[in-house]
Parts: sequence; structure tokens; C-alpha cells
Amino acid sequence: MSAAQAQTTTAPRREKAYRTRGSADIMKPSLPGLIGKYALLILILGIMVFPFLWQMSTSFRGATENIYDFPPSLIPAAPTIDNYANVFRAIPVLDYAWHSLLVGVGTVITNVVFATMGGYALGTIKFRGKWIVLAIIFSTLLLPAEVTLTSQYLTVKSLGLANTLWGVFLPGAIAAINVLLMTAVCRMIPPDTLDAATIDGANTMERLRHIVWPNVRGMVSVVALFAFIGAWDDFLWPLVVLSDPANYTLTVGMQYLSSNFAANPRVIAAGTMIALVPIIVLFAVLQKQFFRGVEEGSVKG
Amino acid sequence: MQRQRWFTPYLLVLPAVIWVFVFALWPFLNTVVLAFTDARPLRPARFVGLENFGKLFEDERFGYALSTSLVYVVVCVPLLTFLPLLLALLVHHKIPAIGFFRTTFYFPVIASAVVVAIVWEFLFSGSGTVNSALQFFGFVDRPIEFLSDRLLLIGCAVGLTVWKGLGYYMVVYLAALGNVGRELHEAAATDGAGWWRRFWSVTVPGVRGPIMLVSVLVCVGAIRVFTELYVLSNGSGGPGGRAMSMVMLIQSMGKGLNGQIGYASAISLVLFLLTLVPLAVVGVLNNSDTIKDALASRRVTKAARVARAAKGAAR
Repeated sequence: MSAAQAQTTTAPRREKAYRTRGSADIMKPSLPGLIGKYALLILILGIMVFPFLWQMSTSFRGATENIYDFPPSLIPAAPTIDNYANVFRAIPVLDYAWHSLLVGVGTVITNVVFATMGGYALGTIKFRGKWIVLAIIFSTLLLPAEVTLTSQYLTVKSLGLANTLWGVFLPGAIAAINVLLMTAVCRMIPPDTLDAATIDGANTMERLRHIVWPNVRGMVSVVALFAFIGAWDDFLWPLVVLSDPANYTLTVGMQYLSSNFAANPRVIAAGTMIALVPIIVLFAVLQKQFFRGVEEGSVKG
Repeated sequence: MQRQRWFTPYLLVLPAVIWVFVFALWPFLNTVVLAFTDARPLRPARFVGLENFGKLFEDERFGYALSTSLVYVVVCVPLLTFLPLLLALLVHHKIPAIGFFRTTFYFPVIASAVVVAIVWEFLFSGSGTVNSALQFFGFVDRPIEFLSDRLLLIGCAVGLTVWKGLGYYMVVYLAALGNVGRELHEAAATDGAGWWRRFWSVTVPGVRGPIMLVSVLVCVGAIRVFTELYVLSNGSGGPGGRAMSMVMLIQSMGKGLNGQIGYASAISLVLFLLTLVPLAVVGVLNNSDTIKDALASRRVTKAARVARAAKGAAR
């Protein structure tokens, strides 16, 4: 009774984020609870971003400034970009970034194209041997890349691709999990739509382009983002494949920088910023689509 | 309805199938075969039977690597199973600016493990911020050498893994929490259950499946740890290489012209079997209801028998 009253009286007003007096909505926190919640959120925010902020501030500090003081001051007294210039002098960081970008973009393109193609076939077409194909692809999910590390390297070497970016790129070009994800979303496409397009004279490519693609774009953005992040952040595989510092990707280059210039944390900090900022910016731009895609995938899958 | 020619679906799945064969199944079979040989680069391999596996038992480095990975699993699984759940509960309800918090909590996930490990290395180095803080508050007189002690180094790496993984598993739980009915929460609250009680009696059972999933993912991930320990120890694996993980051992064994590819493959095979253990455990747990039912029905019949006997005695 009182709950119903409270609802009728508060309905026209703007909804508050906290529980007002007399409201029976127990899912909402009370006002002190809400304040406590924000305090906790901000504390965790501090833990999550402090290392990044600290690294950024270190990268802008001059050689004379003390970086080991406590309590730490996040604002450099005399900001300088010398450290960044030093990174460029120490390692060919632009080349490394270019290598990482090439591998990342290549991985995104091949994964999106081939996973969509495979997912379309496995999700919407009936054909002989489909379950065998699905079983083969599923079974590789149980196989961590680390297990096949040594043999994978032998394979890549026998293809003549050791110490090349092709060798870094190829094994990750089509990931089994992406094919399965695309299969799951392609199954949601109404078969009638595909039939209608066929009657209108669309061939497979046209159906993929005009019917499938608009239906699976949410999942494609998740696949693409994860493929790019995975390729950009990968360390173990490029470390194994690449032996010549001239061919390094950013992550291997950063480890190289960090172990060879350990004496100057400011330069290393600047280097890590160069590796970090592009991926953070990319994620910040795509985060809305990403979170929506993740929710979509979980509801449907 | 026939929408395409018969070979079209095969053409469409062909690239994916080729990739699975060339870059997953073939290397795996190759690993299994190599594990029973003494293969080295530039030398024909010889079949040696179980010799590599016998060597594992005597190899001190393998013992340390195995224990490092197991410590990693034991510490990471509970932390990364429950902390992200609490975090997800915290950001589950739409309150102003919650999108901003969710996004920033995800930043450590998308940052490269190398980059964050380098940051960690500074924070925990002898003269780093953590030591300055400890000295500032007077907890210690001399700086603690976090990165040159085996267990402290592993501890730092675990901290890094947990910090980096929180956001990832938070998103997994967020998607699952949407399916926990609010009616249950309301009913429980009407019955006077507090927050804590509702968490254990409504939320946790409601996300039981995702909890299992996450703990398996964390467990397999912890067995496979590499980057954190590699970067924090500068590739050396800590004092005497004793903080190496299994993957680090595989990597250092198999590299170079003198690499012991056969032995590295044997370790890889052990690693593979270890990653199957959590999956098997969950398989058993998921079928535990059937087992429990069987036990329970036995108990019921036993109780009935006892009751009957008691009745008979009373009469």
C-alpha cells in the first residue's frame, strides 16, 4: 500500500539514483549507501589508474627531478619531453609501432573476414560434415597456444618465416574462438531473410554483404577489438619468432628497452607511454560498442 | 531452400579449417611426437621413449617451475573469482557516471602485460614507490628487495595478474548478473535478509555457472603465466631461475641453436595435461547433482528404515 503510494507520488518527478523515504525499491541504495558506493568506486579507480598516471608523470620529468619521493607528486615540477626524444634515440620506436600496427590491422582483417565467412556457413547452411568441422574447431579451444609454442616455431621456421612479421602474424590470423562467436550470431539471422534475398537474385557474396553483415556488426566489433588488442599486446610469440631487434614489435621492443636502459626509468616510462596511449585511445573511442556487443553476445550466446 | 551451389559452404569454412590444421592440430601432434625424442636443431631426432619424462622428475628447474605455477593457481583462483564478482556488484546498478567507472576499470585489461609489468617493476624496485611508502610510514628501515626473492617476486606477479584481470572478469559477471531475478532479491529482503545474506543466498547461487567458468578460466590462465614473471625478473626467472613458470621454462629450453626441443615438448605436454585438470574438475562438479541425489536417496531410505525399526521397537 505505502509502496504503491510512494510510486504514484514520485512517478512524475525525476528518478533519483538513491532510495527515498518510504520507497520499497530495495535494489536502490540509501543516500549514505550511495555516497559510500561512490567513495569505494573512487578508491578502486585510484588503484586501477594510479600506475598509469604515475608512469605518465615519470615520463615527463627531467633528469634532475626525484622520482622516488613519497608521497609521490603526480605533477612534474618542470615538464619536459626530453625522455621521449631519448626513446627515439635508443630504439627505433616508430618502426616498432609500425610493426605492431601492421600485425594488428592484418589480424583484425583476416579474423573478421574469415570468421564471418566460416560463421555464416556453420551458422546458416546445412551441409555434410558440418559437425565434424565444428568439433575440430571446438577442440582447439582446449589447446593453449603455449603448449604448441615450440612446434609452432618449427612450423613457422619451416615455412621460412622465422624472424619476420609474417611469422608473427600468421598463426593468429584466424582464431577458432572468433569463428565460433560468429557462428553463434549468424545462427540468429532469420532464415526467411536469407531466402528472400536469394529469391531476389542475391548470390552468396551479396547475401554476406547486405544481409549477414548488418546483422552481425555488433559481434564483429567485439571480434575486431579483441583481435587488435590481442595482437598489439602479445609478447611471448613475437619474442620467440623475432630474433633481430630491427624486426621487433612494440611489446618486445619495450622489454628490450627496459632491460638495456634500466638505469633511466624516465626513458622507459616514456617508451611505455608510446605503447600504451594508442590502445587506450582506441578502446575509449570504441568502448560503447564494445560493452554493448559483450552484453548482446552474452544474452544471445 | 537451395541458396547456393553444393561446394560453397566448404569454400567458406576452408580457410578456418586449414588454419586449425596447420597452426593448432599439426603443432600439437608434432609436440606429442617430439616429446618422445631428443630433438635438437640441426640434428636428426632420435626416439628415446619416456626418457624426457623421467628427466622431469630429477630436474630441479622443473620442480621449481611446477611449484611456481601451482602457487600461482592457488592464490589467483580465489582472488580472481570473488573480487571481480564484488566489483561487478558495485558497478551493476545504473547510477550516474557508472559507464566512466566501468571503462576505466577495464583499462588494465587492454594494456599490454609487458607495459604494466614494467610499471610494476618500478613500483616494487628497491628504490621504488612502494618501498618509499613503507619507509615513509616507518614499517621498514631498509628497502625490501621484492624482485630478488623468489616468493616476493611471485607475489608481485600475482598482484599484477589480479590487478590486470579484475576488469576482464568483472565484465563476464556483469553480463551474468543481469539474469539474476530481482524478485528473488525483493522476496529475500522482505523476509529480512541483509545485504550479506542476500549476497550468499541469492546472488552467488544465481551466478553459479559464471563462477565456475571464471574459476576455470583463471586457473588455466594461471598455469599458463609467462609475461608477468618474465618482465618482472628481466627474463632471468628470478634468483637462480627458481621463479620461472612452466611456460618460461619451455621458452628458455626450446630457444637457440642448442635448444632441447624434445625436452621442451615433454614439458609442454605436461602443461597441456595440467590445463585439462580444472576442466575435468568442473565436469565432475557439474554432474555432482546426480551423485548427490544418489547419496541423498540412499540416506532417505536408510532414515526410513531406521524410523520403521524404531516404530517396530516402540510397538
